[in-house]
Amino acid sequence: MQKTVVGYRKAMTGHKAVAEAMRQIEPDVVAVYPITPQSEIAEYYAEYVHNGVVRTELVPVESEHSAMSACVGAAAAGARVMTATASQGLALMVEVVYIAAGLRLPIVMALANRSLSAPINIHCDHSDAYLARDSGAIQIFAESAQEAYDYMIIAQKLAEDKRVRLPVLVNLDGFTLTHTLQVVELLPDEAVKGFVGEFEPIHPLLDVDNPSTWGAFAMPDYYFELKRAQQAGMEAAPEAFLEVQKAFSELSGRAYRGFFEAYRLEDAERAIVVMGSTAGTAKVVVDELRERGEKVGLLKVWLWRPFVREELVKLLGHLEAVAVLDRALSFGNMGALFLDVTSAFVHEDKRPVFVNYIYGLGGRDVTTDQIKRVYEELKGARPSHELRYLGLRE
Amino acid sequence: MPAVKPKSKPRPEVLPGVRHPMEKYLRTDRLPHIWCSGCGLGIALSSFLYAIEELGIDPNKVAVVSGIGCSGRFAGYVKMDSYHTTHGRAIPFAVGLKLANPDLNVVVFSGDGDLFAIGGNHFIHAARRNADITVLCVNNFNYGMTGGQLGPTTPPEARTTTSPYGNFEHPFNLVYLAASAGATYVARWTTLHARRLKESIKEALQHPGFNFIEIISPCPTNFGRRNRLRDALDEMRYYADKAVIQHGVDPAGAEVVPGKEFIVGKFVDVRKPTYLELYRKKTEELAARFG
Repeated sequence: MQKTVVGYRKAMTGHKAVAEAMRQIEPDVVAVYPITPQSEIAEYYAEYVHNGVVRTELVPVESEHSAMSACVGAAAAGARVMTATASQGLALMVEVVYIAAGLRLPIVMALANRSLSAPINIHCDHSDAYLARDSGAIQIFAESAQEAYDYMIIAQKLAEDKRVRLPVLVNLDGFTLTHTLQVVELLPDEAVKGFVGEFEPIHPLLDVDNPSTWGAFAMPDYYFELKRAQQAGMEAAPEAFLEVQKAFSELSGRAYRGFFEAYRLEDAERAIVVMGSTAGTAKVVVDELRERGEKVGLLKVWLWRPFVREELVKLLGHLEAVAVLDRALSFGNMGALFLDVTSAFVHEDKRPVFVNYIYGLGGRDVTTDQIKRVYEELKGARPSHELRYLGLRE
Repeated sequence: MPAVKPKSKPRPEVLPGVRHPMEKYLRTDRLPHIWCSGCGLGIALSSFLYAIEELGIDPNKVAVVSGIGCSGRFAGYVKMDSYHTTHGRAIPFAVGLKLANPDLNVVVFSGDGDLFAIGGNHFIHAARRNADITVLCVNNFNYGMTGGQLGPTTPPEARTTTSPYGNFEHPFNLVYLAASAGATYVARWTTLHARRLKESIKEALQHPGFNFIEIISPCPTNFGRRNRLRDALDEMRYYADKAVIQHGVDPAGAEVVPGKEFIVGKFVDVRKPTYLELYRKKTEELAARFG
């Protein structure tokens, strides 16, 4: 793909890649509270602030609840706002994430995915992202540090799109992506600044000539309509996402196309659907099995909320069997991603056989052997309501 | 599916055959601990264990509750009933525990960030109610576990990972906060004052109501080395040089300012009805009125 700017490549952690995207976007306010495995994003950003590299107001608040509250206040005032958290931090924050979405505030957050207590654990799974599934925030998943960097920039423009105006969570797997060194190609600062442009707030509180009230009561008379309007913002997000993604791809030369990455899917018979860094592991397996002549593919979810069913049906409709891998339990039902994927096919006559696997909870390593086994088990798979577990001792 | 084997940890033996006398109160299978060399948490823990030993308290009647951070590990290391709460919630958990089983001696062992930032609200309200718990706060002036960020007790001009050119926020004076919120026993020691700290913990464990002890502790890895106290010994020397032992001082003036002398000792030791006493009194009153 041709690109319009020349980037520069550097080895860095996922933390640093996210912090660099934030530095280039240069929001007006960042409010953040330390939590593993997010803390280094805040540390890098504090360095930029204190070194005068950015003009951001950094608020080292006393909890995540305060972090998101400060973000909401600043965003309502008319500022461009970013934050970052993980796991219990998001759990504490989530009351206010719903409010950010309800107030249509385009706050962008990096979420270093980490499992939720109890028992306490600091390693990766997607239970924190699943917790905020219905919060009204857009959710994007990154496979690599590069994607985390790119999607932070895409997220900013998407969140601020006037058709959308919603908070966006950019998920990157804790430790697997946040703490490991990878080569990341950064865009020049001015290219990112030009891409995200100036933030134009709607009815900002600091517009003192046009006073407005935020967060006021809406009783049975108006609440329902306001929530419907919020859903309209979500419904507008896919189109805006594609536009922003396309513009970013043209700028960077990195080919991001669509809500899902289809990897060797066209003629595939069996496929895995997965989110986050495990897609990288699965691609290695796909390549290996393809060399042996097996028709296997992979579908990686970039945009999880909103979940674009139509495109999913187009991409998976021709397959014989599909394994959906959830990195969190939705206690009492099949995995949340599995439900998303299968419900997309509810009106389709022709559909693959779907199987659900729960994997990698609490940072349990996912190996290529395990993924190979999934492809193997997909051969001749029959429809079932069984929830399978990958890499579990039973 | 290939089984994942849990890694077995080798038992450390610093001096062959020599055991710590308080080992009986520890879950030695959890060792080695995660604390850095030079950390003050070990002294704080052993002072607490010696206090239990010397008072002859049945360890089955003690419950240790901790929050999140390096000090959060206390709960996992003591061989007593213990609970490791989410960040900031040690105190409300402990208050509930005490109400459910008033026979227990409930001790909250946590850090400055956990107790005074994310959990600050719980602290003042438990002190206001004079809830029957003992709160031991190991104050290392930063969020040590997450990499040394600025916290609610970080002194002015101290360097942390989120204040690389010095902190400009006002910190809490913990003993003043505790006293003004209503704590009935308030003391401050450092990890240098291990014996006095132990005696103070003994007093607190026997004192009814809300007891608070601030334990100033080195964090060479994340705080000290950024603030000209490169190793724990430097910090201990600093305590020896600057800590002034005085009892009964007005906590309002007892701030800890870097480079200046600071007061350690007992600030408050008073008796007023505890939450449990008031609760029982009210219940009896209502029972008498309504049968």
